[in-house]
Amino acid sequence: MEITTGWYLVLGALLFVIGGTGLLIRRNPLVMLMCVELMLNGVNLSFVAFSRTLGDIGGQTVVFFVLVVAAAEVVVGLGLVVAILRRQPGSTADDLSELKG
Amino acid sequence: MVDTLVFVVAAVICLVGALGVVLARNPVHSALMLVMTLFGIAVQFVAQEAHFLAAVQVIVYAGAIVVLFLFVIMLLGVDRAQNLEMSFLPVQKWAALLFASGSLAVVVALIVVVGEPVTGVHAMGGTLGGSTDDVRLLARSLFSDYVYAFELTSLLLVIAVIGAVVLVRKPKQTNPIAAEDGGGT
Repeated sequence: MEITTGWYLVLGALLFVIGGTGLLIRRNPLVMLMCVELMLNGVNLSFVAFSRTLGDIGGQTVVFFVLVVAAAEVVVGLGLVVAILRRQPGSTADDLSELKG
Repeated sequence: MVDTLVFVVAAVICLVGALGVVLARNPVHSALMLVMTLFGIAVQFVAQEAHFLAAVQVIVYAGAIVVLFLFVIMLLGVDRAQNLEMSFLPVQKWAALLFASGSLAVVVALIVVVGEPVTGVHAMGGTLGGSTDDVRLLARSLFSDYVYAFELTSLLLVIAVIGAVVLVRKPKQTNPIAAEDGGGT
């Protein structure tokens, strides 16, 4: 059996689905950030597969930018988590509804 | 044959790690499972001749981002188990079920048409697979076609660093008397 581009796309889609489901069912903000990383990695895999198939380096360049944006996102997200959990130890994503009013 | 074996083993590693991230009760276990998935993805990158991205994946993701996660987990002491059963909102479970089943249907449809799902135009210039390696091509693309985006990422990183410092900084002493006492003694 030969591995075609479609298999890489399927693997990327499965990683995206698992990450998205985890983002919806988990309430610990740290685990939610990790699930976002999973989704980004699924998309990265698809980009590299397309880049290989079409012989275009642009896909790999996009993956490079996704890496940079993911790093910035994690830094700001973890800063927010630290700031919130320092004020309210043990709070989950649901407790942030108290922000209103 | 070797390609198939590498793909299957790396795919199993990726999927087991991804499920572990979602299902582990302890956030530390989630972070370690995330490392497993990231290494599997790096193997897939090598299999598709994206060697530079595989190295960056291991260094930046597994080396920096996951360490940052573990650092925050240890700093906050939130490494206790979460009860997965009790943590659902009423709508949450159905939204997750709908998302997962709908996306899986799309994946199955993709498997059915897996013969040739890519319908793009083949690249004219800067093509992969020639005599030049991927690092050279990536550098040329990054510093010519995407140079404005590249400069903007530096701005983004500066903003992220400043934002993180402002967010995590301890709030200033609001009680002036206590502040004066602290300064006087």
